[in-house]
Amino acid sequence: MGLNNFKELFQDEQFYNSIMVTLKYTLISVPITLFLSLMFAILINQKIPFNGFFRTAMYFPSMISGVSMALLWFWVFNPQAGLFNYGLSFFGIDPIHWFLDENYALWALIIMSFWGLGAGMLIFLAGLQGVPAHLLEAARLDGAGRWKTFWNVTFPMISPVFLFQLIIGVIESFQVFTQAYTITRGGPNYSTWFYVYNIYINAFKNFRYGYASTMAWILLVAVLVVTYFIMRTSKRYVYYEGGGSK
Amino acid sequence: MSEVTHDASSKRIIVKRKLKLSQIVGFLILLAVTITMLSPVWFMLSTSLKTTKEMLMFPPTIIPKVFAWENFRELFTNTEIKFGQQYKNSLIVGIFTVIGTVLSSSFVAFGFARYKGKGSGLMFMLVLSTLMLPYPAIMIPQFLLFMNLGLHDSLLPLILPAFFGSAYMIFLLRQFFSTLPDELYNAGRIDGCSEFRLYWNITLPLAGPALATVAIFSFIWSWNDLLTPVLYLDSQENFTLPVGMAAMLSSKFRLAPWNLLMAASILSVLPIIVLFAVAQKRFVEGIVLTGIK
Repeated sequence: MGLNNFKELFQDEQFYNSIMVTLKYTLISVPITLFLSLMFAILINQKIPFNGFFRTAMYFPSMISGVSMALLWFWVFNPQAGLFNYGLSFFGIDPIHWFLDENYALWALIIMSFWGLGAGMLIFLAGLQGVPAHLLEAARLDGAGRWKTFWNVTFPMISPVFLFQLIIGVIESFQVFTQAYTITRGGPNYSTWFYVYNIYINAFKNFRYGYASTMAWILLVAVLVVTYFIMRTSKRYVYYEGGGSK
Repeated sequence: MSEVTHDASSKRIIVKRKLKLSQIVGFLILLAVTITMLSPVWFMLSTSLKTTKEMLMFPPTIIPKVFAWENFRELFTNTEIKFGQQYKNSLIVGIFTVIGTVLSSSFVAFGFARYKGKGSGLMFMLVLSTLMLPYPAIMIPQFLLFMNLGLHDSLLPLILPAFFGSAYMIFLLRQFFSTLPDELYNAGRIDGCSEFRLYWNITLPLAGPALATVAIFSFIWSWNDLLTPVLYLDSQENFTLPVGMAAMLSSKFRLAPWNLLMAASILSVLPIIVLFAVAQKRFVEGIVLTGIK
């Protein structure tokens, strides 16, 4: 690994761009996915009629992953005959050229990412079912409202699950590749040029193994640093029963 | 006193009614969300049975006017696509990955769970630390290694790593093996079992559920993986499904054959859905344990 690689990296516009694309995707996709999957898990946990059906129906899309999912959504976002623009037409919105317009391509991939929230919902649901009934009962007897009960009892009890999902979610979105490779090839105008796609192109299309390895190292460091940072800041809100660590 | 209880009881009635209303609202929200989330699945199904002409209609027809079953036939008869061959490749890679992962990870996990000696803790920490390694960080050296071994453009680079254990599965199985009582092993030793038989005849049969979870998830990982096969496979007859399907979008067709692509997507999701239907409990357990989508 030569220092020249680093020198070149810091002058490489595509390197910075791929970091920005990946960060933007992560910062938007992960929090919203977390929020939605927790919200639906809470809803399903309310003993709503047919909740077993909802659980399976919501998880079902998560089974369609990888290239199948990318192809399906490529088709859903088709400007002329796609389902998405058809749905928008009910709201009087003109067809959007999702993957041909650099202002929309990354947004389309972010919207796509919400489709897989069923898996996260299942994990939250398992966490919610582990909240002891006597604690909820005690809160109710103390006259705590729903909101208070959630913030003071339920959330602390599932906070380790929340942390786990946050870390997994961030690490996964740092490594987006399939969508970029299958659908956009990093375009239009580099607007979906994700970090790992950048590594792939440099190593296996331009055959610059050393240069790409330098970037791979930086990814590893970034994953470690971000995980450490999330763990550190989590001490404020994560509660472990018995005070031990997970 | 009576007043208080009366008060409490009337309050309870109100709470009950509130719950009822909130349940109805919740039900309606979930219904709307589920319909929205499942509509692309329907779009996939209906597109796969449309003729090329109908597929491009706007607004899209909900149910195909003519059921074009020939789309599915075309996948297997069209010599340019090689779909059947690629399906077989994916199955081969998937099955061998499962065999490799289950055997090697359980063997290593057995060692970590049953033998506590000098440095075993350190060794385990080393294995766990590889969990933090994202695949892109190791793919280039691994690629160069397999290149030097002359294994490029074959399925072996996709299968072999599985026979060297996976940190995730080792961790999962070690946790499970640690819960097995020592008496079992002492009894086995007294009966003259070799250490290998303790692993093969006592531990593995008892670990059925944990092994099933490992098998299901290692299969799904390998089945959906795109990045690894894209690196290694060059010729079309060696492609796994994800690579083949991504390649179907290429310029070979003047117009992307969306109906064929959707048919291919359905067929490629099928094994996963079958696994889910057969082993739903293991599935949910595995997701909760691993956080895998």
